Amino acid sequence: MKCTVCRGPALIDLRRHNANFCAEHLAKFCRDQVERAIHDFDMLEQGARILIAVSGGKDSLALWDILNHLGYDTAGLYVGLGIGEYSDVSGRFVQKFASERGLELLEVDLRSEHGYDIPTAAELTRRSPCSSCGLSKRHLFDRAAIDGGYDALVTGHNLDDEAAVLFGNVMRWQMDYLARQRPVLPERDGLPRKVKPLVRLTERETAAYCVVTGIDYQVDECPMAAGNKHIAYKELLNEMEVASPGTKADFYLSFQRRAVHQLDGTLAEGRESLGTCDSCGAPSPSDICAFCRLKSTTARENR
Amino acid sequence: MAPIGHHGAVLLKLRNPNRTQTVPGPVKVSVLLDRLELNRESVLLIRNGTIVAGDTTLQDDDEVEIRPVISGGAL
Repeated sequence: MKCTVCRGPALIDLRRHNANFCAEHLAKFCRDQVERAIHDFDMLEQGARILIAVSGGKDSLALWDILNHLGYDTAGLYVGLGIGEYSDVSGRFVQKFASERGLELLEVDLRSEHGYDIPTAAELTRRSPCSSCGLSKRHLFDRAAIDGGYDALVTGHNLDDEAAVLFGNVMRWQMDYLARQRPVLPERDGLPRKVKPLVRLTERETAAYCVVTGIDYQVDECPMAAGNKHIAYKELLNEMEVASPGTKADFYLSFQRRAVHQLDGTLAEGRESLGTCDSCGAPSPSDICAFCRLKSTTARENR
Repeated sequence: MAPIGHHGAVLLKLRNPNRTQTVPGPVKVSVLLDRLELNRESVLLIRNGTIVAGDTTLQDDDEVEIRPVISGGAL
């Protein structure tokens, strides 16, 4: 198998692009795809100051590396979730990545700074671990991006993530969720601009990018994510991808090109109902935001 | 830690949970994935720190990590 670009030995074939790449040209391919997503979806101004949500996994570290290569002024934010050794190891991968490259890393620890961790939240509330985790991270990332005056909050959601979420939202015709599923959400009412520059790359491609560029990352799956429905959706979509390469990209990118703007009205309706949390001041549809309610519940139950 | 006694076979290191398995070589990567009922979109094969292409034939005494690339959790 030969590299489509240089005709040297290839190490990976990307059927959806009808291409094979060596290490050097795989890395270039990934950077080009991120650059194209940023351009096509008008995500970021050149040289923008951005905050990257980092977990220690392949996607966020690959994204941080690529955006740094592309010349953006980057800082990373890692949230310590308190999921035992898994979180300890994840944090060490992030710290090693940042220190080796001289990049700015901000850290928030849920347990010491907010009085709970994800296993506790899952045990004491009716939320699933993934729901508590997602809620906590969204709140803390949003707040850090606003407080730090960053131009955008950037997340490592890849094509597989977005296709799986889209699949779930379509299966249930959740119109409000579908209306919000965009690679760029503009800044508004105390929420930062949010962008997803990896939407043109699959998980296999971001993992391969890490391997060929020497990025060490947390390979193990989060122990609390077992049975997560998005993983099942991803497996289903990959079955279709093997039978018909390019299916995932068509599904997600065609939704962005042809359908999501039909839901602009639904998106606007959702925005009108957003107020402010009486406790922390964050944007919220209710008097007390979901993050403050979660903190309050875990504090009460922990007594 | 590699187990003792895999000489004369391909040693596979699998994840989630971490475990090992041996298969007789030579065996082509794409054939191996079919035998293990693994989707090629869901894994990378890594040998000596390098990705192994799908048309590569693995030989006895090769040690190969089969690394899953699907991640879930909070999106």
